[in-house]
Amino acid sequence: MKGSLIILGFFSLGILIGASNIVPEWMTSTDYSQYALYVLMFLVGVGIGSDDKALQAIRTMNFKILLIPITTILGTTLGIAIIIPLIKGINIKEAMAVGAGYGYYSLSSIIIKELHSEWLGVVALLSNVIREVITLLLAPIFAIYFGKIAPICSGGATSMDTTLPIISKASGKDYAIASLIHGIILTVLVPFIVSMILTL
Amino acid sequence: MLTVVIIMTSGIIVGFIIKSRKRIIQTNDKLTTWSIYVLLFLMGIGIGANKTIMSSLHTLGLKALIISLGGVAGSILLGWLTYKMFFKKNQNEG
Repeated sequence: MKGSLIILGFFSLGILIGASNIVPEWMTSTDYSQYALYVLMFLVGVGIGSDDKALQAIRTMNFKILLIPITTILGTTLGIAIIIPLIKGINIKEAMAVGAGYGYYSLSSIIIKELHSEWLGVVALLSNVIREVITLLLAPIFAIYFGKIAPICSGGATSMDTTLPIISKASGKDYAIASLIHGIILTVLVPFIVSMILTL
Repeated sequence: MLTVVIIMTSGIIVGFIIKSRKRIIQTNDKLTTWSIYVLLFLMGIGIGANKTIMSSLHTLGLKALIISLGGVAGSILLGWLTYKMFFKKNQNEG
């Protein structure tokens, strides 16, 4: 939670500075951020490759645990397909790309901004932060009414870090490993799925 | 798309090779966190300076909320199904 607050703080500070017109024109007109994104993608990759937890997760993984990330991906896709008529001014591809952040707001919003547009990047940031907050607040209720897998699926990519403690509390410690593996798999998949949807 | 895939995959390979060098990995984690801060700060500046976006921030927020609700609702309902079909009965096994 602290991490998300800091990120939102930087983002809000940026908005305030941008809106106050004190930024020189060259900073907002030229787009350096594409290269910055490439650097970030590389760093994220190094982080994953060097993480023993990610490797161990693959070794201890069995068929059943693999079903959970599949459930999350299918469930998110279906859910968004159903609610899409309620939203004006956004097409199904755009909404799907936002949903494919699975809560990983920092990276997904940056990728979407680069590959699509600034406004959709904002939607992605807000939507994925909301997904994390919903999970933090409602995980115990989801576990009671929809079973122990539900909080993990709701948490999406965040089920490996920010929402892991609350999921482990709501679903029980025996689901903590499943939650961790689920989060790792989705975290790795987010950049690929988001960019795939937008370049279809 | 291909660029993103290639860059991230090469990062994973590099990370795997240098994973025993703890100091580099720690620096990498810090760099990752800070580059996310910087990128979102810059993204904020771009958005703040963009009058079209600033005037429609509340409608963008509403879109975001509906997408989140749809995604979460679909996930927990399908999660409920997966739990009933594959996890609940076999609880003792796994």
